[in-house]
Amino acid sequence: MHDKTLTELRAGLQAKDFSARELTEHFLGRIQARDGELNSFVTVTGEQALAQADAADQAIAAGDQRLLTGLPIAHKDIFCTEGVRTSCGSRMLDNFIAPYTATVVDNMAREGAIMLGKTNMDEFAMGSSNETSFYGPVRNPWDTERVPGGSSGGAAACLAARLAPGATGTDTGGSIRQPAALNGVTGLKPTYGRVSRWGMIAFASSLDQAGPLGLSAADCALMLQAMAGHDDKDSTCLNEPVDDYLGALEQNLDGLRIGVPEEFFPDNLDGAIADNARDAMRELEKQGAKLVKVSLPSIKLSVPAYYVIAPAEASSNLSRFDGVRFGYRCEAPKDLEDLYKRSRSEGFGAEVKRRILVGTYALSAGYYDAYYKRAQQVRRLIRDDFARAFKEVDVLMGPTSPETAFKLGAKADDPVNMYMADVFTIAVNLAGLPALSMPSGFVDGLPAGTQVIGNYFQEGRILNVAHRYQMATDWHQRIPGAFQ
Amino acid sequence: MAIDSQVVARVAHLARLQVDDGESEALSERLNEILGMVDQLQQADVSDVEPLAHPLEVSQPLRDDRVTEPDVRDKVLPIAPASEEGCFLVPRVIE
Repeated sequence: MHDKTLTELRAGLQAKDFSARELTEHFLGRIQARDGELNSFVTVTGEQALAQADAADQAIAAGDQRLLTGLPIAHKDIFCTEGVRTSCGSRMLDNFIAPYTATVVDNMAREGAIMLGKTNMDEFAMGSSNETSFYGPVRNPWDTERVPGGSSGGAAACLAARLAPGATGTDTGGSIRQPAALNGVTGLKPTYGRVSRWGMIAFASSLDQAGPLGLSAADCALMLQAMAGHDDKDSTCLNEPVDDYLGALEQNLDGLRIGVPEEFFPDNLDGAIADNARDAMRELEKQGAKLVKVSLPSIKLSVPAYYVIAPAEASSNLSRFDGVRFGYRCEAPKDLEDLYKRSRSEGFGAEVKRRILVGTYALSAGYYDAYYKRAQQVRRLIRDDFARAFKEVDVLMGPTSPETAFKLGAKADDPVNMYMADVFTIAVNLAGLPALSMPSGFVDGLPAGTQVIGNYFQEGRILNVAHRYQMATDWHQRIPGAFQ
Repeated sequence: MAIDSQVVARVAHLARLQVDDGESEALSERLNEILGMVDQLQQADVSDVEPLAHPLEVSQPLRDDRVTEPDVRDKVLPIAPASEEGCFLVPRVIE
């Protein structure tokens, strides 16, 4: 059963080929048997999952099969889940039992989804390798000496290893798309505001967006259909009707204009990575798409702009962790200041502290204009570049990541080098656009991903492009040898 | 603008973080590398460019001023590090 997509499993449940309980037991068994090698889960919620599975079987028997009824989903441990530890990959929240449930988790549960557990991630989603997690790194199922990417590394790794058939993630600068690429799965970051951020632990609020990771574009469409929609509890969640993503999948690609930004193919890019993305575009050309050269001159400044804006917002968001109301508190504080300082210093890991310091510095008196204001001005230039491009083309494409999965520890003491892992994904967050990564083959035996970027609210279009590509290719069906 | 141990100490205090002397130098080095990368922003011509805070430039929606949140005291106090008589407990602030 574990080699099947959510779409196939859904049909299997409907045809009563197997029950939701059998399906859930199968995945729980795989997690128990194999996750020791990957560390992709922080918490497994077996008992609750089986109770949800029994409820799903009753619903199916009563003829009430919804979008996700009986389908097991792994939630990133950044989404609050009432009564279940929600750690965000941090010692700070190691003891945090969320008192409420995130809208994303609720929306999916309402459509019948079963929660298998909570997946490992970079601490507070700050990282591109999953090595900053308090619970230790996740390993890449294609080569367990390598990283799975991050920050949604647990989500992508458990999918690739077929320990779960669907997963949720969040993407602030590439945290869904880059791990999807490095693990050979499909991951979608929706338009900013398409999915509610309520109950999703905040990193950089003007960039954070939740989305699905799946074994196919069709599976991502199915999950997004359940996740998306307006939520009164998140004032940045847009009140726009949710499109029919499943209905859009099959459209033909005749006349589709694919923009190829020259900035996604810089001279120093690994030739094999560039060829991989070009091959994917060639496949779409065969289906009637036309390639158009475009330029996004300001996106070369997206990494520097991001590393002002994201840490600045993080320094503000993470000020709530003070050792007073929830989370970690240091032993025997001598006064209130000591309580704050030691709780935060002992509770946060090195990368989180670095980013809080960068953000605090950038926002401090005398530096605000030089850093924060300028970064937001550059953010407008970047957004305007995309707006110009989308007057000429329907989607933009290029490699998701400049490299395949790197070795554990390879960039551990080199933050700036690590930040470059997201060089092709970050601009999309600054502009608030939807984008996905789809598996497009292998480079030296490791998965490579191609990114498809759409205009605002064009999730249906980019899912359609990826689905048509996946109908003609089988990269997304490949399973790591050790996890067949 | 180079960051040295003194700047680290000042910023760490603003962020209510404790930086030990032993880690201060390595930390300054990393922060300087990050800010060195960030300094590429100075290349951009941003004259007459308005800062962009929200990518879609939408305004905050208004809602009716009604009580919607229930009293959650019984849910939030049990997860607090320390509480007493319905309040969060912190070290003595006023002598």
